[in-house]
Order: sequence, then structure tokens, then C-alpha cells
Amino acid sequence: MSATLMDYTKEVPVVEGTPTAASLDEAISKPLYTFPKRNWFIGLAISGSMLLFGIITVTWLLWKGVGIWGINQPVEWGFDVVNFVFWVGIGHAGTLISAILFLLRQKWRTGIARFAEAMTLFAVLCAVQFVLFHTGRPWLAIVYLFPYVTQHGVWVNFISPLEWDVFAVNTYFTVSAVFWYVGLIPDLATLRDRATTKMRKTVFTILSLGWRFSNRHWQHYERAYLIMAGFATPLVLSVHTIVSFDFAVSVIPGWHSTIFPPYFVAGAIFSGFAMVQNVLIVTRKAFNFEYLITMDTIEKMNKIMLLTGSMVGFAYLTESFIAWYSGNPFEQFTFLNYALGPYGWSAAVLISCNVLLPQLFWFKKVRTSLLASFILAIFVNVGMWFERFIIIVVSLHRDYLPSSWRMFIPTVWDFGMLIGSFGLFFTLVLLFVKFLPSISMSEIKSVIPGAQPSHHGNGAHHG
Amino acid sequence: MANSLYSIVATFESPDTIIKAAKAVRDAGYKKFDVHTPFPVHGMDKAMSLPETKLGFVTLAAAILGAVGMISFASWVAAVDYPLVIGGKPYWSWPAFVPVTYEIAVLASVVLTVVIMIVFFFKFPNISHPLHDTPYMKKVSSDKFGVSIQAQDELFNEKKVRELLQSLGGNVDAVYYSDEFINFKPQLFEPKFLLLLAGIAMASSAGGYLLWNKILFLPPYDWMMEQQKVKPQMVSNFYSDKFAMRQPVEGTVARGYIPYPYKDKPDDAGKYLVNPLLPTKQVLELGKKKFLTFCSPCHGNFGQGDSRLRGQFPNPPSLHSDKVRGWPDGNIYHVITNGQNVMPSYQYQVSREERWAIILYIRTLQRALNAKESDLQ
Ligand code: HEC
Repeated sequence: MSATLMDYTKEVPVVEGTPTAASLDEAISKPLYTFPKRNWFIGLAISGSMLLFGIITVTWLLWKGVGIWGINQPVEWGFDVVNFVFWVGIGHAGTLISAILFLLRQKWRTGIARFAEAMTLFAVLCAVQFVLFHTGRPWLAIVYLFPYVTQHGVWVNFISPLEWDVFAVNTYFTVSAVFWYVGLIPDLATLRDRATTKMRKTVFTILSLGWRFSNRHWQHYERAYLIMAGFATPLVLSVHTIVSFDFAVSVIPGWHSTIFPPYFVAGAIFSGFAMVQNVLIVTRKAFNFEYLITMDTIEKMNKIMLLTGSMVGFAYLTESFIAWYSGNPFEQFTFLNYALGPYGWSAAVLISCNVLLPQLFWFKKVRTSLLASFILAIFVNVGMWFERFIIIVVSLHRDYLPSSWRMFIPTVWDFGMLIGSFGLFFTLVLLFVKFLPSISMSEIKSVIPGAQPSHHGNGAHHG
Repeated sequence: MANSLYSIVATFESPDTIIKAAKAVRDAGYKKFDVHTPFPVHGMDKAMSLPETKLGFVTLAAAILGAVGMISFASWVAAVDYPLVIGGKPYWSWPAFVPVTYEIAVLASVVLTVVIMIVFFFKFPNISHPLHDTPYMKKVSSDKFGVSIQAQDELFNEKKVRELLQSLGGNVDAVYYSDEFINFKPQLFEPKFLLLLAGIAMASSAGGYLLWNKILFLPPYDWMMEQQKVKPQMVSNFYSDKFAMRQPVEGTVARGYIPYPYKDKPDDAGKYLVNPLLPTKQVLELGKKKFLTFCSPCHGNFGQGDSRLRGQFPNPPSLHSDKVRGWPDGNIYHVITNGQNVMPSYQYQVSREERWAIILYIRTLQRALNAKESDLQ
């Protein structure tokens, strides 16, 4: 969008130019058929080594136990839970883009929805492994995380927020996976019909279940999509709400706060959009998808980051105010300790990355600059990671009893898990863009000019 | 390979023409026809006169099933099968079950809707439909819009159908299939496949049960159960007395504990201790409860020395003797706290308050069993 004056009465086209349906199929499925560029291999090598570090860490962890991490009384929750909340938060953008923006009829989501959904899946996967491994003996986790009949006869505790979390995260992962797969079915069928090798053909034939593009099916399919979007929308809000209950329901100063649910949800969307932004910009460059993932889309994402970033900043202010206003000396001390304690530097990182820097998005120049968007999104991710670090580690390290105060010093294995999770995430993303259509072909075809009968406006699927 | 005719198909170039074609085919009275488009085309349901989809009812049923099922399960678990007091909350804390109930309702609705749609509405998975792998399918899966009129239709007449589709401007073709390879039913329901599924389900649940209930608790999988930490009853080589458990420092006083100063001095106890409680209904009820629990096995329900222990322990004297009736409260307090000869001390079982309440109850018994004439008035 190079026009300086935008005409807001007119719908901005979702894709730029007038590509034909066939050329879109060609462009989107191209990475699947061509031998990847060197950059892809370099990326895979880097993320693969990070993943390997993670695998080594996990192996050592399983052998030795969680004592290899820096956690100890009173900081019993360290990087494990910080990373869990961080990744779950990132996972929120996908469903937000695919479900909420779908219900709001935001057509610009079309180009990025598939991508964002895949990122949701991968991010939730990264998150889940932290909770799984921090249980110490994950092979027994099924017994005490899920209501499974055991020899003890004791069931899980449905009154505990941690148990709610198990249900929320698992539901979220399953629903996201189903949502993603249902969206993929028509594309898999297209790929089946474009397949040139026998192997590809067999795989896509099985995966597409026999989809025939029948309008007798499309009819149910569209309704199912609408229903799923309708359910996923409150779900995505509930998941981070429940994650925030893990903290808010306890009586630790700095955690026991009713503002947590909305504050966490805003933060999740904030960090999720930042991560989508980062990966999107790289993909757009790597596969020349400039006309599908348009500058307009990127600008809109930046606007949402500006909004949610400001909401998060407002939440910080409210929390600090309430800490002072409550008159509770423990609460007041915790907040002073955030800023002036030994981890004060992390509060400075937090405020500058999450609150101050995103304010640059008020300028259209910044919003529409690829480089600026990319860098700011990285800052947001860093800031959001530190937000969780402050909430968890800094709240815990000085609790009620000064005699038990203790600094949390992460060990190399703490970083191993963190780096490994990034490795897992990016490896999965790279494999995804190579082996599956990273943009929904059937959806994007339905929004190009002339895709719909002339008496209707051209629009995305609706029910 | 071509044996029988499945359908006559035609492809069109634009969404407008396909809508027109769909309407024309419908108006010509064909029932077994279908429109294939690479993406949903607006207004097609109306053009094909398709009835409204009933998928929403499936979702509603699934949501209700999930919600009711989960809240009943959680209630049963927490309040019936294995009630545990957690955080002092009631067993059936239903508001705390709302989050899980909500999550399972969502999970059930989404998963069941999709599975039922795929299996019962689409009759999938079915990868050997006559239309698969035809040039027609390859076109409609990319950018063409197609109509297919099946040979099974009552009105079907190959020539007429061809003419109709041609007149609409379509690119007409025919789809044949060979009987051997084509399966109209979803393969999911073949008995062999269902049997396989049932087998897998049974094997995995049995395996899971064995794994999580038996194997993981046997060596060598229990290695983390032995941890390098000191437990109360263990031997420790670290301390010279070899006890892992430590004694409190001399002179330590437990919280809420007041040392008893009249050890071996019953008379002083009688002289200086005063019962702080009044014989209210509440106090007497507490006293009765504690007396019946701790004293009655030896002293009898009314303190008459009629032990219920059938000679397994020397019978104590009656508490209605002149001696005990004449004692100040402090003396009885001393006996409970300190014990007397073969009667052991009850200071660890019975709190100070409860001791005084018991004494008031004994006084009531004494008064009731040794009532004077004047008391009856
Ligand atoms: C294990 C059985 C047993 C229990 C339980 C027991 N007592 Fe005794 N109690 C005795 C015996 C035996 C004596 C007589 C001790 C002696 O030889 O002087 C006795 C003596 C007494 C005496 C002194 C009676 C006297 O004439 O010297 C009092 C008062 C008394 N008990 C009160 C209590 C109270 C109050 C409780 C409940 C907290 C209680 N006892 C529980 C066995 C018991």
C-alpha cells in the first residue's frame, strides 16, 4: 500500500495484483516441489542444532531429575514455568487470527491464518513439553495429570487450578489441531491432484481422506468451520485465563491478583502476534509471497501489537497502583522489589521492550517498515519472556520469610531447555513451510478478485 | 478398465456460470447431481436447493454431553468415590469444576462435530470414489467449476444430459468406473477394520494398565523412589548418635505449650489450679464427648468404675467416692495430666481446655448420681 491517503470506505484487496487461481496453487505449492534453497538448509542446521541441545538436556534431565536446574526453595518454579507460559502465550495468536478474526469477517487474515495456526500448534507443543518435563517423572504424568485409574485409587484434584490447566492446554492443543487439519483437507486434496510422484500421491490421498470438492460437502464443511471458530474464540480466551489462575488463585504476593486473567490474555495476544510477525516476515522474504502476505497485513498486525502492548502497559500500572492502594506490606514490598531489588534490571527490560518501544508503532513509517516491524517484534518477544520471568521468579525469590530469600541462578540446563524449545519450534516451522502449503490455497482462491459470483461481494468462507 | 458410466460431467470457467448451471440442472429435475468447486461459492446452496445443514444439532448434543458428563464425573470423583478434604473446601465444590467442565464441553463439541461430519455426513474416509483421479477432479481441485450428473439418476439419459450441459456452455466429459475397484461405502465400516480398531483399543488399554499400575512400580523403574535424603526413622552416619531425627534444643518449648508446674505435687495442683470454664451446655457437651472417648473405657460410662475392658486392665475406683467428690477440680486435673499409679497421663491426647470440660462433666455425673432430696425440687 504505497498510497499516502487511504480510502477507508473501500475494502482493501486481500491479495495484491490479480493472480489467477491456478497461479496461486502453483506459487503456494512451489516449495513442496522444488528443492529447497540453501538458506533453508542453513536455517534447518541452526534450528536443528538448537533442538539437539534441547534433546541432550532432556535426556540428562530424565536421567538425573529436575535438580539439574537452578530451582530450589523458595524459587520452585523457574525457567520451566516461565517458558511454559511464554510459549502458551505465543500459541494464542494463531487461534485468534484463525477464529476471532474469522468471526469478525477480517479477510486480511486469509494470507496468514494457516501459518498462524501451525505456529499455535508448534508453540503449544513447546509449552506442553515444559510442563511434562517439570513433573520430574513424566512417564508417570499420565497417572497424576489425567483422571486415570491407578493402584492408589486416588483421582486427580479437580479443585486445583493446575488441573484446570491440564484440561485447558490439552483441549486447546486438540482443538487447534483439529481446526488446522480441517482447514488443510481441501488443500491436501488439491496437492493430491497435483502430485507427480507416487509417494506424494499416496500420502496426500490418505491425508485428504477422499475430499471431492463437492458442494454437498462444502455446505457442512463451512458450517463446521463456523462452529469451530465460534468455540475456539472463547476457548482461546479461557486458556490463558486458566494459566493465569495457576498464579492468581494462590496467595503469593505479586500473584494473588484479580487483574491476572485479562492481563495475561492481552499479553498472550501481544507476544503471539510478535512471534507470527517475525516468522511471517522471514517466510514472505524467503518464498517471495509479497503479494499474498501484504504490507497491509503486516501493518494491521503491528496495530494489534500497539493495542495489546498498551493494554499490557496499562495492566502494569493498575497492578502497581493496587499494590500500593491495598496497604498490604507484602504486596507493596514485592512491587518495590520488582523495580529496585536484585532483579531490577529485568523490570527495566520489561518496561522498555513491552511498553515503550511498541509505542513507535504510532508512526506509520515504522508500521510499514519491514525491518522496524521485525526488530520491534523481537523486542516484544524478549519483553514478554521477561514479564513471565518477573512474575514467577522475582515474586518467589523473596517470600514472606527473609531467612529463606535466595537468588535464582539458571544453570546451563535451564538454558538448554529454553534454546531447545526454540530449536523445536523453528525446526517444525521450517519443515511445515517445506512440506505443507503454508497459505490456505482454497481460502485465498476464494478471495481473489472475480472468485465469487458477481452479485455477491468477494469474501472468505462464511457459513 | 472402463466398465460402467458413473456420471456425465462438465466444467465451467467462472463462478457466475456455475451458479447458472447448477440452477438449470436443478430445474431440469435431476436429483443425483453434484457441483464441485475449488472453494465454496456463495449462493450455491440456494442454487442447488440444498436443505439447511443439520450439523449444528450434532454440536449442541455433543456440547451437552461433554458438559453434563464432565461435571458428573468430577462430582462423583470428588464427592463419592474418593472424598478428600482439600484446602478445607466442601467435597462437592461445584464452582471449582466449572473450568474443566467448560473445557471438556468445547473439546467434545469440536471433536465430535468434526468426526461425525467426516464419517456420517461425508462418508469419509473413502479414497476410491469414481471421481477420484479423473481429469475432471484435477480441474475442479484447481481453478475450474464443475457439475456432475450421475447415471443413477432416474431421469438420466446420456444424450439429454450432454445436450443440457453443452447448452450451458460447459466443457463436457464422462466419468467411468470399474466395478472391482470402486467402493461406494466408506471403508471405515468394514468389519475387518472395525475389529482391528477394537483390537488396538483393547491392547492399548491393557498395556497402559499394566504399565502405569504395575511395571513402573517394579525395579528397575522405581529408581527415583530411593532418594539421597534423610527421613525421620533412618540411620544417619552424619551424627554421632546415628539418629537421623534430631532432638529439639534443651529448654525448647513447643508453640502453644505451657509446661505443667505441679508434676508430683497433686496437692499444689488442687490448691492453685482453678477451672476457667463455666458449666454451659456447650462445655458440658464437649466434656461428655471427651469423657466418653478417653475415660469411659476404664471408668465406665457414668464413672462408676465399671470398666468395659473385661478385666484386661485393673478396674479403677469409682469417681463417685467421697474422696473424688471432695477433691477440688485441680486434683482431678492433676490426675488427667499426670496420671496416677497405673492410670497413664492423658496430657497428649486431651487438651487443657478439654480436661477442664471433662472435669465439669464429671461434676455433673457426680451430682446426678448422688442427688440429694433437695435437688429434686
Ligand atoms: C486405662 C484405663 C483408664 C483410663 C482410660 C482413665 N483412667 Fe482414670 N484411673 C484408672 C485407674 C486404673 C485408676 C486408679 C489408679 C490408682 O490405682 O490410683 C484411675 C484413677 C483415676 C482418678 C482418681 C480416682 C481415685 O479415687 O483416686 C481419677 C480422678 C481419674 N482416674 C480420672 C480419669 C479421667 C478424667 C479420665 C479420662 C481423661 C481417665 N481417668 C481415664 C484408669 C483409667
